[in-house]
Amino acid sequence: MNILELNQVSKKFGQHCALDRVSFTVPRGSIFGLLGPNGAGKTTTLRIINQIIAPDEGEVFFEGHKLCPDDVAKMGYLPEERGLYKKMGVGEQALYLAQLKGLSRSEALKKLKFWFEKLEIAGWWDKKVEQLSKGMAQKVQFVTTVVHDPALLIFDEPFSGFDPINALMLKNEILELKNNGATIIFSTHNMNSVEELCDSIALINRSKVILDGDVDVIKQRYKKHIFELVFSGSEERFRGSLNPSFFELISLKPQQSMFRAMVKMKGKPVDNELLKSVIDEVHVISFREILPGMDEIFIEVVKGI
Amino acid sequence: MKKIKYIIQREFLTRIQRKSFWVMALLGPFLIASVIILPIYFSTLEDKEVKVIAVVDSSRVFVDRIPDTQNLKFRYVENVNIARFIKNFQEEGYWGVLFISHVVTYSPNSVILYSHGQAGLTVKYHIENALKKEIEHRILAANGIEDLNKTLEALKANVNLRMIKLDEKGNQKESNTILAMIVGYASGFLIYLFIFLFGSQVMRGVIEEKANRIIEVIVSSVRPFELMMGKILGVAGVALVQFILWIVITFSLVSAGRALFFPEISRANSEEVIIHSNSGKTVNEFSQLPQNESELKATAVFEAIKNIDFFVILSSFLFFFLGGYLLYGALFAAIGSLADNEADTQQYMLPVTIPLILAIYVMINTINNPDSALSFWFSIIPLTSPIVMMVRIPFGVPYWEVALSMILLIAAFVFFTWFSAKIYRTAILMYGKQVSYKEIWKWFKYS
Repeated sequence: MNILELNQVSKKFGQHCALDRVSFTVPRGSIFGLLGPNGAGKTTTLRIINQIIAPDEGEVFFEGHKLCPDDVAKMGYLPEERGLYKKMGVGEQALYLAQLKGLSRSEALKKLKFWFEKLEIAGWWDKKVEQLSKGMAQKVQFVTTVVHDPALLIFDEPFSGFDPINALMLKNEILELKNNGATIIFSTHNMNSVEELCDSIALINRSKVILDGDVDVIKQRYKKHIFELVFSGSEERFRGSLNPSFFELISLKPQQSMFRAMVKMKGKPVDNELLKSVIDEVHVISFREILPGMDEIFIEVVKGI
Repeated sequence: MKKIKYIIQREFLTRIQRKSFWVMALLGPFLIASVIILPIYFSTLEDKEVKVIAVVDSSRVFVDRIPDTQNLKFRYVENVNIARFIKNFQEEGYWGVLFISHVVTYSPNSVILYSHGQAGLTVKYHIENALKKEIEHRILAANGIEDLNKTLEALKANVNLRMIKLDEKGNQKESNTILAMIVGYASGFLIYLFIFLFGSQVMRGVIEEKANRIIEVIVSSVRPFELMMGKILGVAGVALVQFILWIVITFSLVSAGRALFFPEISRANSEEVIIHSNSGKTVNEFSQLPQNESELKATAVFEAIKNIDFFVILSSFLFFFLGGYLLYGALFAAIGSLADNEADTQQYMLPVTIPLILAIYVMINTINNPDSALSFWFSIIPLTSPIVMMVRIPFGVPYWEVALSMILLIAAFVFFTWFSAKIYRTAILMYGKQVSYKEIWKWFKYS
């Protein structure tokens, strides 16, 4: 079942069309990537989902019903432009933001305590935000995004502001949230950074969704039939075993006592043809198909339009 | 809308907890109290020292004509060399030397006061007046007016105008213009001050949220309108608390200061209060039978104070204070949302500052002429009415005018809040762009 569904959503700012009939679905319990270059319309899409702005046309469905104001309590949003009140205490501020999400004071205190201890920041409760380092503030920010146990978590450019240690922490926490049943939307222009995490994606370019669906399906569809072969033995015999009408040798590099070769198949591979051709000539150490990265797919799709 | 209470709470508490709030709460009354107390105090301190001034009158017109006062004594010296005397008058025990040349009657610049210390204005005016009077005397005498002294005595007419205002039913009310002026001016100015002070707090709060980039986090939880209204109402609470603190602290400071500096006055006052509270008749008896001049004056002041309806003034002050603040607060919020930092607000401030400054100009006119057409219109038009109407009320304004002004103020508040909310919700998410008025109008039409 889908937790979120966008149906022909359009948004204009004056003459500028920010979103043009955008449609996609986000399956419940999955990690969804909203990918595209800067200015493609990702943040506008997220703002529409968060009801910060309203679409001009089209509909958004959340948990099967049309999006309504009470739904914000079930969403957690970490915007790309994020910050906290500098002069306010950390705990006091987290409490305030949690209450704005609809938690009662006692509930909020209980959950904040849990999260502050989990992320080992309990000692910061009485500090002012201006006394925190940027990395510390990011942890607080993350807590305020997840404290109300949202069913849908939305992260806009999540890793851009985080240092590597916090980024790793963020990644692990997000995976744990997913295992606990939450649905997660990532939005980023750095497509390769999240593809390993994502179950499904939508590629967005110039206000339009140009590709969406399951990551594995998409990768299979756009794969180039390129294989990486690591072998030891005679280079000559390896070259000789490849029939030029079926195979194209892209590169061949010696690597210590081995060779690493990239081979593209000219037709559709059906029955391990490449392996069969070389297996009697050289000693095969490893063999794998190279699947395209999301940015390559993106470029190919953009060119193809 | 239930979340708005958290916003109001936060806006209120964070501001109340700031040091600057308490500094203002204490400093404001100190300023007001010192404006009331200090001049009176200084006037009693002044000129305890007796100054003896030697008068060298080469015209011989003014001998014994300059009267002594408590602090100024004039001694006439004759047969001195003025040039030498100027050098050593201090050794002979004089504070200064007044030199009157013999051409004084036709050359006004020929009177000079030499002294080592700076002579105050009172000294200057005292001498000038005495000399002027004597010269006038002489001119009148020279023109042959008979019975000079009698005529002059008759010239000293003394008029003390008592003003009695009639209301529609013909009831008499003794009014004191000075008192109405002070109350009107103080309330009008206080409203002006608070609109600016707390309106800009709203503006700074909006800019802070934008600059901190927390705005997007918050508007993903609450509607922009709730955030804006929450902020305006929270700051309104701060303004009210500040105002009440000012009143309470000012009153205690003034009474403490009075007891400290002028124990006699405060004793006398409290006795008077007792008389009035014991029998309301006392005042009427006084007013019917004014026995002497000073009693007459005192009667007038007390009648006027009694006739100022403090309940009406206080409740209308609160209404116009809140109404004016809410109206401008919404505009200040919209301005804040258009800017990325405080410096950027300048260009949008003008349309908001102009009506406020205009109101202050009209206020000065209104104090002199509370029923003029200018005062009437500016006390009806909502952008200036909170200030101008408050100045008029102590003088007495027909009820329908106050009611009309209030209704228009409420209508304007609703309109400006709606208008500001439209700008606000678009502008808070925009960065790094100077928005033109044309563009604002466009959003307004489309959103």
